[in-house]
Amino acid sequence: MTFSPNLIDDFRDIWSLMFMVNAFRAGTIVAVLAALVGWYMVLRRQSFAGHTLALVGFPGAAFAVLVGLGVTFGYFAFCIAAALVIAALPTDSRRGYSEESAVVGTVQSFALALGVLFVGLYRGFLNGTNALLFGSFLGITSAQVLTLAAVAVVVLGVLALVGRPLLFASVDPDVARARGVPTGLLGAVFLVLLGATVAEVGQITGVLLIFALLVLPPATAQQLTSRPLPGLALSVVFGLVTVWVALFVAFYSDYPVGFWLTTISFVLYVLVRGGVAARGSLAARAPLSGGAV
Amino acid sequence: MQPFMQHAVLAGTAVALAAGLVGYFLVLRAQVFTADALSHTAFTGALAALAAGFDARVGLFAVTVVVALGMGLLGRRSRPDDVVIGGVFAWILGLGVLFLTLYTSHRSGSGNGSGSVAVLFGSIFGLSWSRALLTALVGLATCLVLLLIARPLLFASLDEAVAAARGVPVRVLGLVFLVLVGVTAAESTQVVGALLILGLMAAPAAAAIRLTTRPFRALLLSGTIAVASVWIGLAASYAFHQLPPSFTILAVATSAYVVTFPIGGLLRSRGRDRARPR
Repeated sequence: MTFSPNLIDDFRDIWSLMFMVNAFRAGTIVAVLAALVGWYMVLRRQSFAGHTLALVGFPGAAFAVLVGLGVTFGYFAFCIAAALVIAALPTDSRRGYSEESAVVGTVQSFALALGVLFVGLYRGFLNGTNALLFGSFLGITSAQVLTLAAVAVVVLGVLALVGRPLLFASVDPDVARARGVPTGLLGAVFLVLLGATVAEVGQITGVLLIFALLVLPPATAQQLTSRPLPGLALSVVFGLVTVWVALFVAFYSDYPVGFWLTTISFVLYVLVRGGVAARGSLAARAPLSGGAV
Repeated sequence: MQPFMQHAVLAGTAVALAAGLVGYFLVLRAQVFTADALSHTAFTGALAALAAGFDARVGLFAVTVVVALGMGLLGRRSRPDDVVIGGVFAWILGLGVLFLTLYTSHRSGSGNGSGSVAVLFGSIFGLSWSRALLTALVGLATCLVLLLIARPLLFASLDEAVAAARGVPVRVLGLVFLVLVGVTAAESTQVVGALLILGLMAAPAAAAIRLTTRPFRALLLSGTIAVASVWIGLAASYAFHQLPPSFTILAVATSAYVVTFPIGGLLRSRGRDRARPR
């Protein structure tokens, strides 16, 4: 099938193939989930923890293959366990430096080392390794889509419940703690949600490319507004645009979907950031005419 | 000792020493995430060079150092922030996938992507003598440069504002340090791999900081723990063939960190007792 300027015909072509329909379904679910959870992650400056949890999916999947369990189970079990480990380890900042990043880095490397061990023990897993790391958008079954949707509903439900206090605890932890908000517990709950999210996203984008959906759309949205609800909505819009355009382009090009995903979301980020900076300098020149917030 | 083991010990020792020393400053400056991004960049660099038909090492060093400088310049005071790292990082990995596809589809001989697996997870037992020697020299050079700038860098890391006020070139030091991190990440891809070097940087340093508060003692200790991790790890992998060396090295480094939790607590409570007036 070749590209034609008539987009409606193009989409009819693409959606005549079942695997593309499933790719769009899964991509949409994952984009919405990653955009919402990612917005909180960027706000809390926990990108490093998010990346680490994402990478833990690799040993998870490798272990599941090694012992013969479902790969999906491996992703969720390992990512959520790692979230609990990171939440349980000490991260107090009273000691003059932030030990949190050292803890996270150590967890990440050890998890990956376990992945190497599992792959080494299994043998003949080499082709699968690249798929685990860089995703396989194009081989998703209808059953997987259902699982993704169910998990997304649960994660978003919990996020909706803790959303308001979590926002408070993220923006000003000290005041929130003084007002009786259980910031430690909220932080742990959020890490578990993040773990479940990356386990889900990782199955689609591969563990190394989760950031394309988890960091960039929320970061782009936060360039434009710092208000929560519009920010969350914009984040979802950017996530959806990224996934849909990437799938569309990847269908007609020779290059992998992971490359398009990251490139499109990065270009969106750079464009918006540049636009905001340009508007900011214009507004600074004419301070009374209103301008960027 | 067999030749491949000698090569592994030579290269591994130098890389571990560099990682331990650089890692101490990384943890002190809370820049572990930056190192994470740089080590993944090494992966893209290696694959870009492979796709273009060069030796992987050329691309490795060039791309990693350029990205280190770029991230330093984008961030405030040569310290890239969370979102800049995350964003650049995501895109770089995407490019890595592109090069992986180009490499595996356009160049024959490596159709199964084993080249990328070697870069990501290391192949320390497969080093030739010349490669091991080169890795060792680069590692030693990194250590030397770091020790030369250690004093001002320490000052700039502990109290950036005061250091800047006293005329320490904080920004330049930050950039030089990022380049050192990049070089360490790049050369480590041959030893423990691009994905695992982070542990060799973070775990020994975090362990050392738990054991002592004196900077230069901690720096030395961090280097020692890293080198010991590589030696013990190599020996363990040599003894038990089914354990890959990358795993055993990281397992030793991680356990060293875990062990310091009770020991560090004990040392601190003893120090407090001594400080208490009788």
